[in-house]
Amino acid sequence: MRDEFKILCPTGHLSYTRLEKGSMGLGLRRRPDAICADAGSCDPGPFPLGADESASPEEWQYHDLEQMLLASRRLDVPMVVGSANDNGNNSGVDKFVRMIRHIAREHQLPPFKLASVRHSLDKQYLLRELSADRRIAGLGGFADLTEADVAATVNFVPVMGAEPIARAMSMGADVVITSRTSDCCVFAGPILNAGFSKDVAYFAGKLLECASFCAEPYMAKESVLGTIERDAVRVEAMHPKQRCTPSSVAGHAMYEREDPEFEEVAGGCIDMTRCAYAQYDEKTTRVTGSRYIQRPEYRVKLEGAGKVGERCYIIAGIRDPENIKRVDAALAWAEGMIQEQFPLGDKYQVYFHIYGRNGVMGSLETLRNAVSHELCLAVEAIAPTLAQAETLVKLAARSLFYARIETKGTAGGAAYLTEDVLTGKSVYRWTMNHVMAIPDPYCLFPITVETVGAAVPATV
Amino acid sequence: MATTRLRDLAKTIRSKNAGVNAVTFDIIFAQRETYELVKASNAITRSSIADLFNIPESRITTFITFDPALAIKFTIRRLAPAGGPGDSDIFGCQQYAPLFDIEVPMPSPAAA
Repeated sequence: MRDEFKILCPTGHLSYTRLEKGSMGLGLRRRPDAICADAGSCDPGPFPLGADESASPEEWQYHDLEQMLLASRRLDVPMVVGSANDNGNNSGVDKFVRMIRHIAREHQLPPFKLASVRHSLDKQYLLRELSADRRIAGLGGFADLTEADVAATVNFVPVMGAEPIARAMSMGADVVITSRTSDCCVFAGPILNAGFSKDVAYFAGKLLECASFCAEPYMAKESVLGTIERDAVRVEAMHPKQRCTPSSVAGHAMYEREDPEFEEVAGGCIDMTRCAYAQYDEKTTRVTGSRYIQRPEYRVKLEGAGKVGERCYIIAGIRDPENIKRVDAALAWAEGMIQEQFPLGDKYQVYFHIYGRNGVMGSLETLRNAVSHELCLAVEAIAPTLAQAETLVKLAARSLFYARIETKGTAGGAAYLTEDVLTGKSVYRWTMNHVMAIPDPYCLFPITVETVGAAVPATV
Repeated sequence: MATTRLRDLAKTIRSKNAGVNAVTFDIIFAQRETYELVKASNAITRSSIADLFNIPESRITTFITFDPALAIKFTIRRLAPAGGPGDSDIFGCQQYAPLFDIEVPMPSPAAA
């Protein structure tokens, strides 16, 4: 077994914006043993999963996959892309596989093995679990899963662990594309396959998966190189102006997490309580002491989205300083008009986002007495159908326009950016944010292997 | 005693979604000495944060200090899940500004 394993991570979220070729090139010169990237996230909200759409343009997805595939084939090292197409739906795996085949044809790449790992979870499986009284517990304050939640869900995915990826690699895969996968497991898979311990594999994945976010100064989308040792993990920033310091790496370990010391992953938990961070060289930090705690049950997270309705917006501004002072009265009047036609609740929803007052922070805003010279009102309306959402948003915005407050400006109380209603996309909500025990790490994640690429023609 | 604004003491002040139902806030210091002084000052506590944001303490699900990162970290439960109807900060990444003006009873760091 080798002493060190190097992984290049060229982006923290494939195609969310395009990866930076410069620092990726510097990373490739270091001859990594694998090139890995996570392509999905819950961050953009439930829409990509619910609507089965990506959060990013196809051109950017193609760009990033092409950069990774060409590098992978040139160096003849494996590449792994997890949570395909932002939402990790099986359709996303299909799409990325098609793109990989297309890139291979475009560049006439010699044959290589492509493994795609989809999931096989369906509603019947969940309903069987529920009728056998097996608890599917909610995360982050969600109640336990019910049949009603399943019925309300349009698309859902189980979040894969590292084992199916490690297995795909042990089958000789040069390229692995997966459905929704735990971010750190995209990296843990190859590390485990190379014979390193779980104690370093999962923690290394956690440090690497956001790429340059673990380095300073702040720069997104630049590459980092991870070197996994038997008992330690080193992370090195590739961009000339960035470095990984104990502070930036430890700071990243707690990034976007409530708990900086423990992180649940499929099958177990990363224990960081004994981690020690040290500056290894100018651009590299070395971390020792990470542990993996195996859980008795193998549990996977479930993510699912259900449709709420359709959404429209109208954007308008207010410049009259006295109207600005009276905006609450105007809103109250508007709300009265709305309620005459639409009972507001789960079915019909209206939100007035008041930029210049508390548009960004809503009820958390602490500056309660600040007065701007202008306000922007983004009126958001949600209803079961698009026609109803249009009517509702017009009612909301026009009621504001005609609001009966004391005013000198008797020709109209709001400056419309456009009189057209802005049609939003369908609205979804998270219907599944749960964990479920499964018999083993592979049962929901079948692996398909194919050979891609042009056969080398016989030379004449 | 003199007070200094937190934004003049901390290297990083940020917020981000932690899962779909919470926003986590990180206050990270560049120097251990500053971090220890701010901790000792008790200017930032679960209760002072609840007061600042005008929320019940029960909405603060975690409040910790994390020595390896020289950080104070707390997490607030969202009223509605991220990315859902009415949400105006999908990533939860612009909620930290009120922390800038927290006055910490200690002298300004010496000019660099």
